[in-house]
Amino acid sequence: MTPHRILIAKPGLDGHDRGAKVIVRALRDAGFEVIYTGIRQTPEMIAATALQEDVAAVGLSLLSGAHLTLFPRVVDLMKKEGLGSVLVFGGGIIPDEDVAALKKKGVAGVFGPGTPTDDIVAFLRARLDAAPAPTPKRRAAKR
Amino acid sequence: MARALTVVTEERPGHEALSRAFFADSGRAHTVGLCGSPGSGKSSLINRLVAAARAEGRTVAVLAVDPTSAFTGGAFLGDRLRIQEHALDAGVFMRSLATRGMMGGLNATIFAAIHVLEAAGYGRIIVETVGTGQDEVDVAEVVDTVVCVSAPYQGDEFQAMKAGTMEIGDVFAVNKADLPEVERAVAMLKDALSLAPRRDGGWAPRVAPVSALSGLGVPGLCADVEAHRAHLEASGELAGRRRRQLRRELALVIARRLTRDAMDRVTDRHIDMLAGKTSDPVTLGGRLTSGRA
Repeated sequence: MTPHRILIAKPGLDGHDRGAKVIVRALRDAGFEVIYTGIRQTPEMIAATALQEDVAAVGLSLLSGAHLTLFPRVVDLMKKEGLGSVLVFGGGIIPDEDVAALKKKGVAGVFGPGTPTDDIVAFLRARLDAAPAPTPKRRAAKR
Repeated sequence: MARALTVVTEERPGHEALSRAFFADSGRAHTVGLCGSPGSGKSSLINRLVAAARAEGRTVAVLAVDPTSAFTGGAFLGDRLRIQEHALDAGVFMRSLATRGMMGGLNATIFAAIHVLEAAGYGRIIVETVGTGQDEVDVAEVVDTVVCVSAPYQGDEFQAMKAGTMEIGDVFAVNKADLPEVERAVAMLKDALSLAPRRDGGWAPRVAPVSALSGLGVPGLCADVEAHRAHLEASGELAGRRRRQLRRELALVIARRLTRDAMDRVTDRHIDMLAGKTSDPVTLGGRLTSGRA
C-alpha cells in the first residue's frame, strides 16, 4: 500500500513552528508522506493545498489562541471544496475546555503539548488504515 | 484532476484505463525540468518561473519530487514551502510527489502525472527533481528543456568538466547571484561548456546568473528557456526528444511491471534458500523474473 499523504499546516499569524516540525518529522519517520507549507497560511491556502495535494488528512498547528476561529474555518472551506471526508486534526496551545467545541466543528483529534508523537501516529493509523482512501465518487473539484 | 493524479501516481485501481485515456492528449505541453544539488534553490527558482509565466497570462503546473526514506517509506515533501504564494492562484496547480524507491531523482509514475496535467490543459509543466547531485540525468529523457541549477562556491572548473548533470543541461542557472563570486561561477561553467561537443542540432547551452531571492536575472532565465523551446521546434529536435521520452516512458512501465511482479513472488523461503546456500541470487533472480520460482 502506498503511504498516506498528510498536510501539516499552520494557519494564522504566529511564527512558532517547532511543534509542526516535530510532527512532520515524527510522521515522516512513521512512514507517512508529509507535506509542510510553512508558517502564516490562510485557511483558504490550506484548503486549496489539501485539494491539489489530495491528502488523506490535514494537521493544523496554532499557538496564538485563534484556533476556535481558524480551525473550523479550514474545515468549512474544505467541505466546500468537496473534501468533507478528509480527516482534520489539530494541535498547539489549546485549552482543554475548547477541545469539545473543536471536535463538534469537525476537528477529529486535538493534541496538546506533551502528547507523545506515537499517540498521533496511532490516531492516524486507526483512522486512515481502517477506511481506505475516499472513493473516487467524491465530487471531483477542478481548479 | 487532483484525484486523477492520485489514481495514476499511486497506481490505484483503474489507473491503467486512466493512463491510456490521458496518453491520447499527451505531447502538447512544454515540459521544463529543474535539477541541481539540495539547497541550490530549485524550488525558489520555480516560484519565480511560475510568477513570470502567470504575468504573461499562462497557466502553469508543477510536479515537485522529494526523496522517500529508504528506511521508513515516509517522506517530507517540502517544495511547496517556496511556492506557496501561488496557492490561491487558480492558474497554478502543484503536486508534491515522493520518489517511492525510484533512483534518478524522479518518480516512476512521472509520465502518467504529466499526461494528466496535459489533458487538463496546462501548456507549461515544470518538473522539479530530487536534489541528488551529480548523477540525476533521468530528467533529460522526461522533459523538453532541462535547467541545471547551481550556485557560487560549488566547486571549481574541474567539477564543471565532470560527466553527469553537466551533460544534460540546456540552460544552466547560476542561482544566488546576489552573492559574490557569481561571476567566477558563471565563467567556469561557460569555460567548461565551451569544451563540450555541441548536441541537439547545434544548441549551445546558455548560462544564466539569477537570484531567486531578489528576482535578479529571472527575465533572462525565462528568455533562455523560451529560446531553447524555440530552438527545439525550429531545428526539428523536438521530435527526437519526444521519441526519447516515449522510449523512456515505455522502459519505465516495463521495468516497473517486471520488478513488481517478480518482487511480489519473493518469499521468506527464497531468502532461506540464499541463507542456506541451496541457491544463489543469480539463479533465483533469473527464475523469479521469468516467473518460474
